[in-house]
Amino acid sequence: MVVQNFIFVELTEEEIKEARRMLGREPNTLELAMIDAEWSEHCSYKSSKSILKLLPTKGPRVVIGPGYDAGAIDVGDGYVVTLHIESHNHPSAIDPYGGAATGIGGVLRDILCMGTRPIALLDSLRFGNIEESAHSRWLFRHVVSGISDYGNCVGVPTIAGEVEFDDCFERNCLVDVVCLGLSKINDLVLAEAKHPGDSAILVGGSTGRDGIHGVTFASRVLTEKSDKERSAVQIPDPFMKKLIIEATLEAIATGHVRGLKDLGGGGITCGLSEMADKGGCGIDLELSKVHLREKDLDPVEIMISESQERMVFIVEKGHERDVCEVFEKYELPYSIIGRVTDGGNLIVRIKGVDLANLPVKIVANAPIILRKAIEPDYIKRLKTVGDPGIPKDLSPVLLKMLSCPSIASKGWVYEQYDHEVGIRTVVKPGKGDASVLRLPNGSFLAIKVDGNSKHCYIDPYNGAAGCLAEACRNLVSVGAEPLAFVDHLQFGDPGNPEVFWTFSEAVRGLSDFSKALGLPCIGGKVSFYNEDIVQKMAIKPSPAIAAIGRIERQEWITTMNFKHEGDYIVIVGETKSEMGGSEYYEYIHGVVGGNAPKVNSIKEKAAMDSVKEAIRRGIVKSVHDLSKGGMAVALAEMCMSGGMGASIDYSKVPAENLRVDEILFSETYGRFLLEVDNAHVNELLELMRKRVSFGVIGKIEEGSLDFSFGDKRLLSISIEDLKDAWTNSISRCMGEV
Amino acid sequence: MMKISVIQFPGSNCDFDTVHVLNNVMKVRADLVWYKSEDLRGYDAVILPGGFSYGDRLRAGIIAAYSPVMREVKKMAEDGYPVLGICNGFQILVEAGLLPGALLRNSSLKFVCKWVNLSVVSNKSVFTKKLREGDVLKMPIAHNEGRYFIEESDLKEYYRKRQVVLKYTDDKGRVSELSNPNGSIDGIAGICNDEGNVLGLMPHPERASEGLLSPFNSDDGRLVFSSMIEYMSGR
Repeated sequence: MVVQNFIFVELTEEEIKEARRMLGREPNTLELAMIDAEWSEHCSYKSSKSILKLLPTKGPRVVIGPGYDAGAIDVGDGYVVTLHIESHNHPSAIDPYGGAATGIGGVLRDILCMGTRPIALLDSLRFGNIEESAHSRWLFRHVVSGISDYGNCVGVPTIAGEVEFDDCFERNCLVDVVCLGLSKINDLVLAEAKHPGDSAILVGGSTGRDGIHGVTFASRVLTEKSDKERSAVQIPDPFMKKLIIEATLEAIATGHVRGLKDLGGGGITCGLSEMADKGGCGIDLELSKVHLREKDLDPVEIMISESQERMVFIVEKGHERDVCEVFEKYELPYSIIGRVTDGGNLIVRIKGVDLANLPVKIVANAPIILRKAIEPDYIKRLKTVGDPGIPKDLSPVLLKMLSCPSIASKGWVYEQYDHEVGIRTVVKPGKGDASVLRLPNGSFLAIKVDGNSKHCYIDPYNGAAGCLAEACRNLVSVGAEPLAFVDHLQFGDPGNPEVFWTFSEAVRGLSDFSKALGLPCIGGKVSFYNEDIVQKMAIKPSPAIAAIGRIERQEWITTMNFKHEGDYIVIVGETKSEMGGSEYYEYIHGVVGGNAPKVNSIKEKAAMDSVKEAIRRGIVKSVHDLSKGGMAVALAEMCMSGGMGASIDYSKVPAENLRVDEILFSETYGRFLLEVDNAHVNELLELMRKRVSFGVIGKIEEGSLDFSFGDKRLLSISIEDLKDAWTNSISRCMGEV
Repeated sequence: MMKISVIQFPGSNCDFDTVHVLNNVMKVRADLVWYKSEDLRGYDAVILPGGFSYGDRLRAGIIAAYSPVMREVKKMAEDGYPVLGICNGFQILVEAGLLPGALLRNSSLKFVCKWVNLSVVSNKSVFTKKLREGDVLKMPIAHNEGRYFIEESDLKEYYRKRQVVLKYTDDKGRVSELSNPNGSIDGIAGICNDEGNVLGLMPHPERASEGLLSPFNSDDGRLVFSSMIEYMSGR
């Protein structure tokens, strides 16, 4: 084997110069390839690190914060849950099935390498216009099928998610996956190599040529040649992953695993250098020991290959046999590839000959890039966009809103996912605003992922904070107390100051809002270069926020379906004329612009606290947060899921001089709908008084959803018609109904 | 004390769930048994759990059907012990020749996970002793290859011998195209052998045994396990 003389390097001239300066010598080809992989935007966060510092990361329940493969939160009685979010956008854009499946594979490993069992998956997906674009339908169909095939086979339920459609994702779809893990606090394992003499054992799939240059591929924009780069997409193997999950947890139970890391982006290079760096040690690596899929792989390929389903275990010296017996039980290939040293270098050898010798401090810590940020011109331009006229008849408008793919039922998606395996899923997809799992200590965990690229495009600061606010409202709606969140920040090329401005505004928004709520960020991911130069289009700024909350008692678990005819319907929070980025403006009127909703952390918190208290006192029967499509859509959803109608007097909605379409469809934050019966309505109103704006807007009735202003009837639609528009819309788009 | 073995194939993923329900809900002893075991002596029943044995490679259930433990499972079936195959376990029993028919890809060509209504067609099997014919049960399904198929001519014979155990129906017990989630012939969801001690079904009784996990607050899945336990204790 020889080191090839010619490799592709994405590093800039300055970065190569900096590497040379830090090393005090010229790096050889292998060393350069290793630095190239680890200093990629994907692995190093070199553009985002300085901004991400703004986010709060501490809290009484935080066991592990950002900087590891997943964050960990104490859920009581000696148990922790781990949480992480990943995307696989570039791979999914060119190979939707394999890209999405390996995205699941990657996030599962992140949870597993903390020593925790993956117990749930969520997905947050963004595509172009599936009503018109065959390409977007192709991406959508195969992304969902990739997630379904991988998640189902590996035996981890996919329990929640969200899907948004917007032209900006036509080629560059976004595939975010969230994974939740569970273990005893004492079983947590960190990605650290800190005991010299310990062995590094590579377990799982053999190393091959798939996923070569995956991280550098992900760290640049999509071009017309991208379809030819399918070799940068890894090959999924959920069966191997299932064996790895069981073997890893059994290996940890031996008590001799002292460090654990999955091999994802950057392959062996990133895995070993990051573990050595965190543990303050070095690692001697013998490359000839790595089990290969093809014999003639050269060292550069071995060091940066992103072949899937691989883990590196750091095993206590002298106990290698105990751990390897577990791998043998599962017939998993493994090889002892190196040893932890007290030096600070990652030394790569083949049969004793040094091929690379790099200080891990240098490899694992790319120089920070301070990027310029300039407010884009479009932001001001969009604010001045004029209001569209009010349609004469709002009945067909409401039905069209319900059939809008971003709003319509996502049954087509989640019925393809096993959301039951593990028998923990108490509130299932489509039944509540968040999904709820039971925990072994008798309490419950609520989880949800949210995003809104339309809001974030018009106002990245408020839009990003709004995504977090929505995720929290969803948790509160099912009866939970929000505990923590992770964020996935997806933007275009950070070298473009206008893109970078939207990124830093979004982080600032998230940071301010999470501080106001006292909610820690325990991890996340940044994905830049979501641009497609063929259509000269960057995606809209698209943070996806996954949040978790705790429900102490079973009786607090609340769903959104209307329960009893005759009960009152109460809206919490004031409705404002904030129509910018609403589905109503964009889907009905084709208008992009106007004022997007703004977060008001004081009012938002007051609304959440009141709803939480109402649930805990047992005085509300159903709760639903208001988001895409506003009040009218939320009411329709409560009607459809309960199989009951409602009679609404929208003059009772707290709002100042709003148009009827604004009252119905505004996406103002900080609002909820509650169902309360006659016996408890006064107690509820008393609880709300002086804390939040609210209005008793109507009653649950049989048969149809009616809106009136006082005595004046505006519209009336039967539940069957609502259901017909909402239930099968996506199947219709996909040509299946 | 009676003991139930739950077989773990590489890729099984409802193994822990099934053991949990038997141990903690049904309060009987159940052990996980690795697929390489060649000895099931001492067990009074065997369950092949759901999941993706061998990643569904080649064909769902076929590789597991040839694994060492299956010789023992066959012996237990012949000796009249209860043998239950759930989902992938059903696929394995069919591939192993312990049950008739075939399980084809769903007619939608998609994986489907949802709660369904099941009508009890026959209570002949040891797993349905406590059910009445005509009862409608609620359980979830989750599969890609669950479309039960058998030649029409053979079907009559299986009806005559009361081997057709469960059917997908609406909540009133009526078979229709809408109530059939995967295109199974006659909506068949579960079938047993002539002796009634071997049952395969696509729905998951272990996911339907605790009211907390059911959208209907039901626990119909328990009836399958309690029928089996009652039979075992009388044996």
